Order: sequence, then C-alpha cells, then structure tokens
Amino acid sequence: MSNLLAGIVALPLAAALPTLVWPGAGRPLTLAAAGLTLAATLLLLGEVAAAGTVTLVPGGWTTGLGIVLRADGLSAVLLAMTAMVALAATLYAGRYFAGDPAERHFWPLWLLLLTALNALFLAADLFNLYVTLELLGLAAVALATLAGTRAALEAALRYLLVGLLGSMAYLAGVALLYAAYGRLDLAGVAAAIGPEPAAAAALALMFAGLLLKTAAFPLHFWLPPAHGSAPAPVSAALSALVVKAAFYLLLRLWLDLFAPVAGAGVATLLGALGAAAVLWGSWQALRASRLKLLAAYSTVAQVGYLLLFFPLLAALPPGPAREAAFGGLVLLALTHGFAKAGFFLAAGVVQRHAGHDRIAELDGTVQRLPVTSFTLALAGVALIGLPPSGTFLAKWQLLSGAIGAGFWWPVAVVAVGTLLACAYVFRLLGHLFGNAVQPAGRRLAGEELPPLLLALAAAVALGLFAAPLWDLLAPLSAPGPRP
Amino acid sequence: MTLQTTLPALIVLSSLLPGLVIFLLREEAHRLRTVFNLAGAVLKLALVGVMMWGVFHGEAYESRWTLAPGLDLVLHADALSVLFVTLSMVLWLVTTLYAIGYLEHSPHRSRFFGFFSLCVSATVGLALAGNLFTFLIFYEVLTLATYPLVAHRGTPEATRGARIYLAYTLAGGTALLVGTVWLRTVAGPLEFVEGGLLNALPAGLHPELRLIFVLLIAGLGVKAALVPLHGWLPQAMVAPAPVSALLHAVAVVKAGAFGIVRVVYDVYGVEFAHQLGLLAPLGALAALTIVYGSARALTQDSLKKRLAWSTVSQVSYIALGASVLGPLATIGGVVHLVHQGLMKITLFFAAGNYAETLGIHHVSEMNGVGRRMPGTTLAFTVGALGMIGIPPVAGFVSKWYLGLGAVEAGAAQWVLPVLVASSLLNAAYFLPILYRAWFRPAPTAWPEEHIPARRLETIGLLLWPPVITALLALGAGMLAATPFSPLDWARLIAAREYAP
Repeated sequence: MSNLLAGIVALPLAAALPTLVWPGAGRPLTLAAAGLTLAATLLLLGEVAAAGTVTLVPGGWTTGLGIVLRADGLSAVLLAMTAMVALAATLYAGRYFAGDPAERHFWPLWLLLLTALNALFLAADLFNLYVTLELLGLAAVALATLAGTRAALEAALRYLLVGLLGSMAYLAGVALLYAAYGRLDLAGVAAAIGPEPAAAAALALMFAGLLLKTAAFPLHFWLPPAHGSAPAPVSAALSALVVKAAFYLLLRLWLDLFAPVAGAGVATLLGALGAAAVLWGSWQALRASRLKLLAAYSTVAQVGYLLLFFPLLAALPPGPAREAAFGGLVLLALTHGFAKAGFFLAAGVVQRHAGHDRIAELDGTVQRLPVTSFTLALAGVALIGLPPSGTFLAKWQLLSGAIGAGFWWPVAVVAVGTLLACAYVFRLLGHLFGNAVQPAGRRLAGEELPPLLLALAAAVALGLFAAPLWDLLAPLSAPGPRP
Repeated sequence: MTLQTTLPALIVLSSLLPGLVIFLLREEAHRLRTVFNLAGAVLKLALVGVMMWGVFHGEAYESRWTLAPGLDLVLHADALSVLFVTLSMVLWLVTTLYAIGYLEHSPHRSRFFGFFSLCVSATVGLALAGNLFTFLIFYEVLTLATYPLVAHRGTPEATRGARIYLAYTLAGGTALLVGTVWLRTVAGPLEFVEGGLLNALPAGLHPELRLIFVLLIAGLGVKAALVPLHGWLPQAMVAPAPVSALLHAVAVVKAGAFGIVRVVYDVYGVEFAHQLGLLAPLGALAALTIVYGSARALTQDSLKKRLAWSTVSQVSYIALGASVLGPLATIGGVVHLVHQGLMKITLFFAAGNYAETLGIHHVSEMNGVGRRMPGTTLAFTVGALGMIGIPPVAGFVSKWYLGLGAVEAGAAQWVLPVLVASSLLNAAYFLPILYRAWFRPAPTAWPEEHIPARRLETIGLLLWPPVITALLALGAGMLAATPFSPLDWARLIAAREYAP
C-alpha cells in the first residue's frame, strides 16, 4: 500500500486549505488531520518493517521526471515521531491559543509545516528535498512571528535570513551536482558520484547550508532567540522537529550520497563541531536566566551529540558495532524530539501561570503546577541521558562506539556534557521544587497532559521498548547507494 | 510466562506500582496510602519468601528484557542477591511503618511515599541485577529517587545537602558509566558469574582492566562513601529520619558497597583481582576510611552527624572483607552487609525518636534520656554495642570473621590493627552517649517535648520499629550458627565464590 506515502503528505495539506477559508474549523480539522496522519505513519512503519523500503511513483512518471516518494526505516521512524509530537502539540495548541487572535493564522501555517516535514522525510530526489526544505523554513518563520512581540519579530527575521542563506547554499550544491551528473534523484546521483572536485564543492555547500539550518556550533547563534521567543507549541515543533529535519537531510546525504566523496576528515570535522556544541550549548544552558532559553541552548547541545556520532560511524567497519552506533544516533534524535517538545510545552504552561519564565523566580512552582513540574523533571532526565530514558541507551552506544573505534575525546566530551546537563536541569528543578509558598493548584489541567505523555515517552518508553529500532535500521547503517 | 522468568520482575514491580499509585493519591488519602504502602511491602515479603525457598532448592530465577541488541536488562536470583533483597525488604517494611508514624502531620506525604517506594524498587532492582549494565541502570535510578527524599523538607539547608549529594553521586555515576561501557567493549556482556568472568582474557588487556577497575570503584565508592569520596554523606543528614535510616542501612550507601562486592567477586573474580594487584589498594582505601570515619565521628556533637560518620567507617568493613583474599574474610564482609544495616537502622530510628519526641538533636542534650525513653534507649544501646563489636550483637560476628579471614590470608599485620583501632574508636564515641543516657541525671526540661509520655514513651509506630530491628540485630548475632541466619547465608555465598 504505497498510497500511504501520498496520504501522509496529502492529509495535512488537504486540511490546510479549508482552515484558511474557514478559520473557525481550524482546531477540529487539524486534530483530525494530525490523528489520521499518525495512523498512516504507524501503518507505514509496519510496512517498512516487513518490506524494507516502500516507494511511490505517482502517475507512473519514471525517475528523473516525476516526483518519487520513498520511505525506509530511517524516514519511517522520523515520520512516526513527527506525527506523535505533532498530535500532542496540536492538542496543546488548541488550549494554548484559545481566545488568542493569532489562532486563525496558526492552524494553516501549522498544517503547512507538517506537510513540509512529512514531504521532506519522504522525498527521494535532491530538488524535491530543496523545495520541502524551503517550504519548511518559510512556515517555521511565519509561525515564529505569531508571538507578536518585538523580540519575536527580530528573532524571526534573523531566522528567515539564516534559513534562506542555508537553502541557497544547499540549492547551489544541487545545481553543481545536476551540472556534473545530469540527474537529481538520490539513487541515480549516488550511483554516478565519485571523488571529483564538483562533488566536493557540492558537498561543502550543501553541508554548510544544512549545518546552518541544524544550528550546529558555531552556526547556532540564530536558534536560541528564535526558539526562545516563539509561542510554546511552535518552539516545541522548531526544536523537536524542524531542526531534526535538517539533520535528517545531512545524515541522509552523508550516508547515501557523499560516501565516496566525504573522507574521514569531513566526519572528524562534524564531530569536532559536535563536541564544541555539546560543551558550549550545555554551558550556555547552565547560564540561561529564562526557562525557554535554557531549553533552546540544550537543543544546541543535543545537536552536538548527534554530530559526535559521525566520526564513529566513519571509523567503524560495517557490522554489528556500526549498526549499534547508528541505532543509537537515531534513538537519540527520536528521544530528543519527544523530550524537547514535552519540555517546551510544559515551559509554556509555567509561563502562562507565572506570567514569565525567569528561572530564579519560579521557586515553589511544584505546589501550583505539580504535574507540569514533574513533566519538566522527566524531560530533564531524558535530556541528561539518565536511565531509563532513550537518551541513556543512545549515549551508551555513543560511548561504546567511541571506545570501540579507539576515540577517547568523545568519551570525555560526553562525560563533561552529561555533568553540565545535570547541572542545568537540577538547577531548574531546585527552583521548581523549592520551598517558597505558592497557592495550591489544580491536579491536572487539560494542557498538562500532552507534555506529560511526551516526556514519559522520552524518559521511559523509548528506553525500555526501543529494541526493534535496531532491526529496522540495520540495513541502512552501511554507506553507499540504495537500490 | 512461568514463575522462573517472572518472579524477579514481579518483586521489583511490587514496590514500583504501589509507588506510582501513591503519587496520584490526594494528600488527605491517609488510609488508602497506608494500605498501598503496606500491601506492597507485604506482597514483596511473600514473593521474596517464595524466591528464597526456590533458590535454596536450586531453582534458577531470571527475568530478561532486551533493550538493544546485546544489551539486556537482566534480573536474576543468586545467593548474594537473595541476601540483599531480603535485607532491603525487611527493613523497608519496618521503615514504612516508622515513616507513617514519623510523618503523621507533615506536608507532601504522597510525594514522599511515592519516592520512597521508587527508592526501594531501585534498591531491589540493583540487588537482583544479573549484569553490570542492569546494575548501572538501577544505580542511577536510585540517585534520582533519593534526591527528592533528601531535599524533602525544602529548607535551604536541605536543598544544599541534596545538591551536594547529587553532585557527588551523578559524577560517580558518570565514572561508573564510562567504566561499564569500556568493560563491555572489552569483555562482552557482563553477566555476573560466581568466581568472576574476566580471568580468561588475554594478559595484554590487564593494564586496561586495572584502569577500568579504578573507574568502577570510583563510581561505586561515591555511594559507599569511601574516603575521599564521602563528602556528601554527612551533608545528607538533613533528610527526615526514615530517609536517613534507609539511606544508611540499605539503600544508597549499601548499594555502593554491594556494587563493590559484585565487581570484586562476580565480575573480576576475587582471585583474578588479587592477581592483578587490585585488592591491596582497595584494602588500603577501606582501612583508611574505617579509621578516618571513626575519628571524625568522635568530635561530632550532632547525634545524626556522629551516626553518619560512623556509617562512613562501618560500611567500609564490607569493602575490607572484599579486599582480603579468602573465604573467611568474604564471609565477614558479606555478612556485615546485613549486620551493619540492622544495627545502623536501629540507631537512626532511635535518633529520630529523640528528635521527634523530646527535640533532642545533640549528644550533649541526651543526659538521662534512658529513663524518659527506656525502650528507644535500649534499642540504641543494642545498636551501639553491636557497632563496637561486643558479643552477642551481630557486629561481633562480622568483626570476628574479618579478623579470622585476615589471619587466614596472612594479612593480619595490617587488618588486625585497623580492626582494633576502629573498635576502640567506636567505643570512644558510643560509650559516652550510653553513659549520658543511662547514668547522668535528666535535665528539668527537655529541649522541645512534642510528644508527652503516656502509656508508651512515644507514638507506638515510632517505638516498635527500633525495638524490632534491635531484636533482629541481637538475633542475627546470637543465632548466627542456625540455618538461614545471615551468617549461614554468607557462608553459602563464600562457598560458591571460591568453588573450584
């Protein structure tokens, strides 16, 4: 049933148009679309587990002309994560925006964002990837402006410029590849590519653009203000999903396309950037005075952990050790998606109740918002990487891969980064669970449930039930062109 | 799904699930909370009873759950885990009763008992852990579950103590993580095997194995409060008395000591560790800790601080037993795991009673307290005499076997002086307390008398737990030669560790 692939892209898009003309129906329509998309991605996950790869060629146009959609294990799990986070954030946004004039703009843009994400994960040629990347960036910028404050608008403008610069660099790389090989589909270019100067230049341009969009250190400067001042559900999607999409593309190109071009040097460079991001991001998160800024800097650090996997994957020969490390990388991306989305949504609840998100003034929040405080603690555990979270297993694989490959510097980076993460999470928890007397709150408000579920998924479910992930990803971990 | 594959998991769940339910209960649901607390504890007792019976009859219990390829969460029952599980759940039951009495009117009880159950689940999980990976998971969960308990009172002092506790334990956890991952890449799945699993590795790896041992012991030594990693323990004293009792007797400190025993015996193997030259430094560290902790206890006027420094010292007997090669020293170290728990929990219960009933927090305020609170003070006396090592209390048995083991291993020239010095110091800081309590005249008024003397000297739920644990400590010493005593079980463990 390869029509699932079309459905996953078409469902949010089909809902976006009516919400534009009929704003009152935004909430139910988006909920329905998000729910159906989730069902479709779960079905797809089952199919990919059985068949390996699912491909759709709409209209029967052969490759090179038509749009080809393809899902493998990597894209299927990212789609499923996106659909779950999106559904939770949609449920939350309905309450968050209730009575807010920004709501009528939110729903169509939100659906557009989901369309772009889904299409990006399914796109199988370089130009379609560009289109989805650009669409994603524009929808994200528009959503980031919805808070309407001066700071939000400034941050969004910078976000827009950075996003455009990133896509331009990517597009220039695509043009170079097209000029050199005359094709745009990933499989076709991968079959033809070799270590030529054109390919190397394309690699440099495309990776630079994507690193900018992934907010890799030192290109992360735009992320904290943009993620820190957007409305909570938007921040959640930006940090958990949009950054992940750019990272996915980076990983996909590195694995499927540039394997013959990118030597160990590229991987080492990515790893070094990752190490710097882990240390710098965690340090800034520790110094952050605002809750959402803390979360945003923690994203910079978590992207760093993802990049740390590259030198290990490059050094490990194909086989169980490499598969284990690759599974750890994907698990880290998934867990961070759930944890950071839950964290941002919970931070939104705190901000709504306290009227601000200055960490030093949040003492005693636990009495007023026990469930949300608990959610932040759970998400924090997942961000640190303590068991039983998925991050713990991922970090285990990272350390194991690094020791197996004979690299000691990532081990030191992970140890220091983990301790810094402990420091910034428990500094926050120390305030939340502090003793200042606050009025006792309701036991569980509706908007507190989606973040709690996301945090539980990250801190417990992904740690205990992630074993099938490795089976799903095993065929993907080796580099080279795919059939 | 037979009992053989589910029982260890059920034992962990029997405290985990009630704990999760307790989180959801309203603050006022006093009776319901008590029902869940006790139902969990009693159910666990029954399940452990079944398992003990089975292990004795040669049944093998193992629950296994794959987290990732090659990484299994394994809970299994061997002689050592049964010993620790039994200790932790007996003491959990008693401490739950005590905590219900102790926290009668204080706020946040649902949160407290929720984390309390999580803490016990983590302890039981690491007791039953069948490989080092599983042990590590529960070791870290234990840190997370105890942090809110230490910080429970929310005062600046409590927050500070909890922060120091976290800084130490999380840093230790990171060292343990790196050591475990490293060992896993060198030696494959680290399933605990009696007699150890590393001695077959090629000699070229030996320097690496020594380094890993240092990392592992550094990680475990934080919780076991080995000098110089002990700094958190006296600070964590700000926790409520039931928490201190559990922390010092079974949960945190013991988890570290238990981990050291596991690593020495069931990962490296004691003979192989000896061959690598690792036991001597460990023994030196333990000896230093024993003497240093006792010396620091001498000068503390705060009763709980004195007890805390005494824990620093006493827990290292276990590491000392592990660092002397030979079955008798093993017996002494392993049996002290139980004996120290029984005696120290008694002392902390008694200290909590003095504070709750009369507002006594310092040794200098304890004059004549024996007549006002005879039951509590008798229990305290039994615990203190046991710590010194006076027969027939259990502590004597531990010290006797440690001494015998040292002679057997030819290490008498340094172990015996340590034992003697430590016993003298123990006497020097415990006997003056007993003298004050029994023989000095009582002051005209107590610092803050919260609970007036009626038929009993204090609330029944506060009085009975120390009396019970004191009787257990006495019984473990007097009945040491009977079957199923802690000593008997420790003999079984030692016999299996040294089996050819």
